[in-house]
Amino acid sequence: MAGGAGLLVILLALTSLNVGASQMKLLHLLTQPDDRVTRVLFASRLPRTIALILAGAGLAVAGLLMQMLARNRLVEPGTVGTFSAASFGMLLAALINPGMALWLKFALVSACAALGSLLFLAILQRIPLRSALIVPLVGLVLSAVLATGSALVASQFELGQALRAWSSGDFSAILRGRYELLWIAAGMTLLAMLLADRFTVIGMGKDFATNVGINYAALMVLGVLMVALISASVVITAGALPFVGLLVPNLVRALVGDNMRRGIVLVALCGAALMLAADLLGRLLIHPYEVPSANLLAIAGSLVFIVILLRGRRQWA
Amino acid sequence: MGLTTAARWRVLLTGVLALLSMIGFMTWNVQSDWAFIVEYRGSRLLAMLLVAVAMGVSTLVFQTLTHSRILTPSLMGFDVLYVLVHALGLAFWARLGLDSMPSVIFILDVLLMAGIALVLFRLLFGDSVRGLHLLILLGMMGGLLFRELTELALRVLDPTEFSIQSGRSIASFSRINLPLLWVGLVLTVACVALVFALRRRLDVLNLGRDVAINLGVPYRRTVTLLLVVASVLVSVSTALVGPMLFFGLLATNLAYWIVGTHQHRWTLLATVLVAVVCLVGGQLLIEQILQSRLPFVMLLELCGGVLFILLLLRGVRE
Repeated sequence: MAGGAGLLVILLALTSLNVGASQMKLLHLLTQPDDRVTRVLFASRLPRTIALILAGAGLAVAGLLMQMLARNRLVEPGTVGTFSAASFGMLLAALINPGMALWLKFALVSACAALGSLLFLAILQRIPLRSALIVPLVGLVLSAVLATGSALVASQFELGQALRAWSSGDFSAILRGRYELLWIAAGMTLLAMLLADRFTVIGMGKDFATNVGINYAALMVLGVLMVALISASVVITAGALPFVGLLVPNLVRALVGDNMRRGIVLVALCGAALMLAADLLGRLLIHPYEVPSANLLAIAGSLVFIVILLRGRRQWA
Repeated sequence: MGLTTAARWRVLLTGVLALLSMIGFMTWNVQSDWAFIVEYRGSRLLAMLLVAVAMGVSTLVFQTLTHSRILTPSLMGFDVLYVLVHALGLAFWARLGLDSMPSVIFILDVLLMAGIALVLFRLLFGDSVRGLHLLILLGMMGGLLFRELTELALRVLDPTEFSIQSGRSIASFSRINLPLLWVGLVLTVACVALVFALRRRLDVLNLGRDVAINLGVPYRRTVTLLLVVASVLVSVSTALVGPMLFFGLLATNLAYWIVGTHQHRWTLLATVLVAVVCLVGGQLLIEQILQSRLPFVMLLELCGGVLFILLLLRGVRE
């Protein structure tokens, strides 16, 4: 299964290298190698493709982590306020100093993202008997409230347009030198794979986790931080990309079941594939213009969310 | 009957506040000649009153239909549905040569949208409403889907013009769609009169579907009628100023608190008064008295969102 997903990623990545506004094809490297071809390839197409793979894998794994932390399958960073909080962090960075050093901006945005996730988890704590549906509902409204707050602040400083760009991600502006932050997301993705067992135990609740000898509080904090770092690097590089973290883990669960030690690699691969596919579709739909991947992902994501809700209706109603 | 003395005083106070806000809005900081002020501020005031009434009453009706205090038609995606119908209809109406008559287009949009909303509601929920959280989630996701589809449609139809047409994701009272003011007024008055005439039936609906049928209410027909009314009111408000998600929630819940009863003749009155105070009074305070450029609608939405989370938490605890 993982092999098949890996093959899919490779195929999509090759296609992604071949599609763009300029007429460059990979074959030209062999038939008519010249400066222009290599420049387009290495300055634009390759960085974009790598960024897509890293962001997709990271977001899918972040979604999986968030689902374990919140103990609910219908959440992901985009629907619980993590992305909204990260966008707020971008706004803060732009207000404090538009030319802020990248690492400082990254730290600020990550901190905001972590606080957003913590706020969500703290509200969840206050709901003792939760129905499966109240969790995503609280998350969505919290996300909307944070977004409105940001919009309010942004409107005072003429930053509304910029805020909208951060809240709706796409990869059209990715060049060499402007995506490297995503390697941090890749590191977190690997770390999540190594710790997959422990996070699975976290997903079974505090008592159970403590019983089997896990430091529950420490691992929760680590999980929140990992989600925040992934979200921040993606939001800074491309903007918020909704629903990858919701779609992919649920798809993988339907395929291989609940054992996430086996599933998490597949989650990362499918995340990369989904991101590549969304971006490719966005590039081809109104070529040579582009539709932002966030737009397409939100359409696919809300459709699938509705299907999941309706299928589980008897159980949830 | 029905109201305690304290509640009567609160209603009266709200009424006075509403009146004062309206007078203040028309007269505060007047510097140019009155003819201009009456025309400029008067049309804005009328639009705000229409939006306040439309949002408040449609939310109240919707909450009675669904037996919940946290639902609004906008949360169910009604407003975005209107935007989608309008965006997709635009090309079609233009082909029929109707594009010079915004009122006609508006009425066609409203009819279409009410029809679609009815069909969706029936398809999803049949006769009675169960699973409140499911309902809201479906509504929010449906709303998101409509919004993103609208965006995609605009982009695909005309990639270069996109930036001009977008940017109306939240309501604004500085860009009121004035040509629709009069047709909006007529529709709102008709709808509110209908709701007021049905106030006793609404009281009975509040007791639940089975009780209502037992007491002789033609349940299905009444629900259909009220859904149409809610759709029309939401369309009026959305067409005039744009979508508002949580404002109705704020108005009805404050109204429930003020009157302390669920009799519709009182909740209707209080909801309208509270909505007027919030919108007109708030706008007066921010724009004229504090001289701030703060987008006031966003502030209302923020309060409404926080209130929603609080209500959700309290509802679970009970």
